[in-house]
Amino acid sequence: MAKEKNISWDYSPAPENTSHVKVKERYELYIDGKFVKPESAKYFDTVSPSTGKKLASIAYGNEKDVDKAVKAARNAYVNIWSKMSGAERGKYIYRIARLMQERARELSVIESMDSGKAIRESRDVDVPLACNHFFYYAGWADKLEYAFPNRKVESLGVAGQIIPWNFPILMAAWKIAPALATGNTIVIKPAETTPLTAMKLAEIIHDSGLPAGVVNVVTGYGDTGAAIVNHNDVDKIAFTGSTGVGKIIQKAIAGTKKKATLELGGKSANIILEDAPLDQAVEGIINGIFFNQGHVCCAGSRLLVQESVADKVIRKLKRRMETLVVGDPLDKNTDVGAINSKEQLDIIKKYVSIGLEEGATMHQISCNIPKNGYFFAPTIFTDVAQSSTIVKEEIFGPVLTVQTFRTVDEAIQKANNSEYGLAAGVWTDKGSRIFNLTTKLNAGVIWANTYNKFDPASPFGGYKESGFGREGGLHGLNAYVKLR
Amino acid sequence: MNRDKGMRKDFFFDPSNSPVVDKVGVEERVSRFQKRSIKKESKLQGLKMILNMIDLTTLEGKDTEGKVKQMCFKAKHLHDSYPGLPTVAAVCVYPSMVKTAKLAVRGSGVKVASVSTAFPSGQAPLEVKLTDTKFAVESGADEIDMVISRGRFLKGDYNFVYDEIAAIKNACGKARLKVILETGELVTLDDVRKASDIAIHAGADFIKTSTGKISPAATLQVTYTMLEAIRDYYDETGIMIGMKPAGGISNSKLALHNLVMVKEVLGSMWLSNEWFRFGASSLANDVLMQILKTETGIYQSGDYFSID
Repeated sequence: MAKEKNISWDYSPAPENTSHVKVKERYELYIDGKFVKPESAKYFDTVSPSTGKKLASIAYGNEKDVDKAVKAARNAYVNIWSKMSGAERGKYIYRIARLMQERARELSVIESMDSGKAIRESRDVDVPLACNHFFYYAGWADKLEYAFPNRKVESLGVAGQIIPWNFPILMAAWKIAPALATGNTIVIKPAETTPLTAMKLAEIIHDSGLPAGVVNVVTGYGDTGAAIVNHNDVDKIAFTGSTGVGKIIQKAIAGTKKKATLELGGKSANIILEDAPLDQAVEGIINGIFFNQGHVCCAGSRLLVQESVADKVIRKLKRRMETLVVGDPLDKNTDVGAINSKEQLDIIKKYVSIGLEEGATMHQISCNIPKNGYFFAPTIFTDVAQSSTIVKEEIFGPVLTVQTFRTVDEAIQKANNSEYGLAAGVWTDKGSRIFNLTTKLNAGVIWANTYNKFDPASPFGGYKESGFGREGGLHGLNAYVKLR
Repeated sequence: MNRDKGMRKDFFFDPSNSPVVDKVGVEERVSRFQKRSIKKESKLQGLKMILNMIDLTTLEGKDTEGKVKQMCFKAKHLHDSYPGLPTVAAVCVYPSMVKTAKLAVRGSGVKVASVSTAFPSGQAPLEVKLTDTKFAVESGADEIDMVISRGRFLKGDYNFVYDEIAAIKNACGKARLKVILETGELVTLDDVRKASDIAIHAGADFIKTSTGKISPAATLQVTYTMLEAIRDYYDETGIMIGMKPAGGISNSKLALHNLVMVKEVLGSMWLSNEWFRFGASSLANDVLMQILKTETGIYQSGDYFSID
């Protein structure tokens, strides 16, 4: 009776059509309501990490361009935006949100082309969530007095914003929407590897009729970002990115009038207690570390699992990993797309070799990994400790470390014993245990029986080296206002 | 717990240790199966597999020999104008119709499944259920679809439920036993999981969602939860248990999503009618319509597909 034969039945390739997508050969800077050539006359390439092919030339903005952008932003702030009523500002933000929705498919496809993330994610998570951030903050624009009762709310002025490559359009939305709602004007710099959706957003903002100079987009590398940070007439710096750069920024603005929010790295613990719904916890582990190839600052990169269920969880995890589809980001079946850049791929490989050198046991999935482009197989490491390099340092890739613990107190101690404090996950069937852990874990965001869930109404931000300030929700307004 | 009556005495079993299930997490997981792309060749292959996994079913008070014979003819001749189609896996009837069905499908490879144990309510004494089962087996049933005592289960009388399944399994002889949990009456996924574990450990060869008389029946969430139970048991013992979602699967798309789920949760070893079945009456024609559509590019009217 036991016919144990494998029936071969495979999914059909379902690559997303790219013919409807318009990517120009060259993108300029967006300053003072116009698309202008960079002063440097230099351009750099943005490439598709899944093919290694060039997608477009991008303007390389320098100090002079940043100065022009800040002047435009200041001018728009003084003469138009700070004088406009909240209700009027809200109309523009709603309009941007609607235009983004109308072009959601195009934005998703371009996001996947430029960043390497799976279309399933850009289509179902990044772009809808980005739209929702604009909708959410549009609603606050004329209600600031209710957000801060009995206080007089004033905008800050010109906000300099620097965003990362892991969630390009979503991070742009996180930064731009609250700043506009509170009456600030903006100079924003997208990451050098993923500028395309930010330039598409610039086109949408242009089409929305937003007054010239309210939002300026200056593309470039780290020195472009530094020019924004160091510019005298910027009132506020909002940065999302690495802890290393965050430290440089904080040093640079020390002693100035500039306010700052920094959303930096993380090494977040995903804690599985023995009474947890284990199969769903395994999904949460997968979603925690392999979502967006692990390029997530709040990724659940440290798995802490109670020893009594550790073998079972690891067995289930390995089996579940085998069903992950790694490949073309534009294919709808793809679960794990391409690593964002060669540089990042090298960093991941470096950490993996350190893990092996330090004696950790590696397990990788057996599926075919595309030869072209930058891909890395989902990986887990067991036999690691708090003192292992790969447990301490942020890898920012699809690499999970697995540690066991015996008691809840030990789990809390291990989770908190980190330079970072961005997020944590808790998996248990007991409500009391959830409340116990959430009050004791030192992390800005704690998920219970889920992971990597985001909502515009929910604040996000970290402790310790994960940064300070909160984005999203009511808290997100705070970062862009002066209260009297 | 009385383990002696069970077929598998390999290790201690305690239903209070059944894993808990998080409904929100299950819904999220299930939505991922629905996003896999099944087109062209893989769709055609999937549709043919589905046909071959169907237990073509008639379970009505008004069933007659005439009705059963006609359904059995359909089971063997799904759509003769399209060559190369498989037959369904089995026909599923009441015990009183087993002899008729057995004769009607003779030589075709189509199996005869009989519901038993005072289907669908299961509200009868064990002796009656055993007699019911033995009658079906002696009439030639290849498979027995029993119902569990949901009232006893919900009362927490798990030993009773376990012992009853084990007793019916003994009465089955060579017939394979499918255990119907009637998940629509159990309601929570925690209880679906617990009932699955009890059925598997008590000797079920297949676990089955529903009688088809109660709604909701075979939702993807419920089937997924049961597949997890099968998978955990396989991991512990190396023994494969079959799965049969029944009721509410009336279109090809939902059936294909079920196959995706089986492939990803249990693996492709389970992708045959030896280990996976659909209990359905109207699914076959929708699958046939889809198969012909892949050929011709157009949907034919329902009148081109026989209804037996």
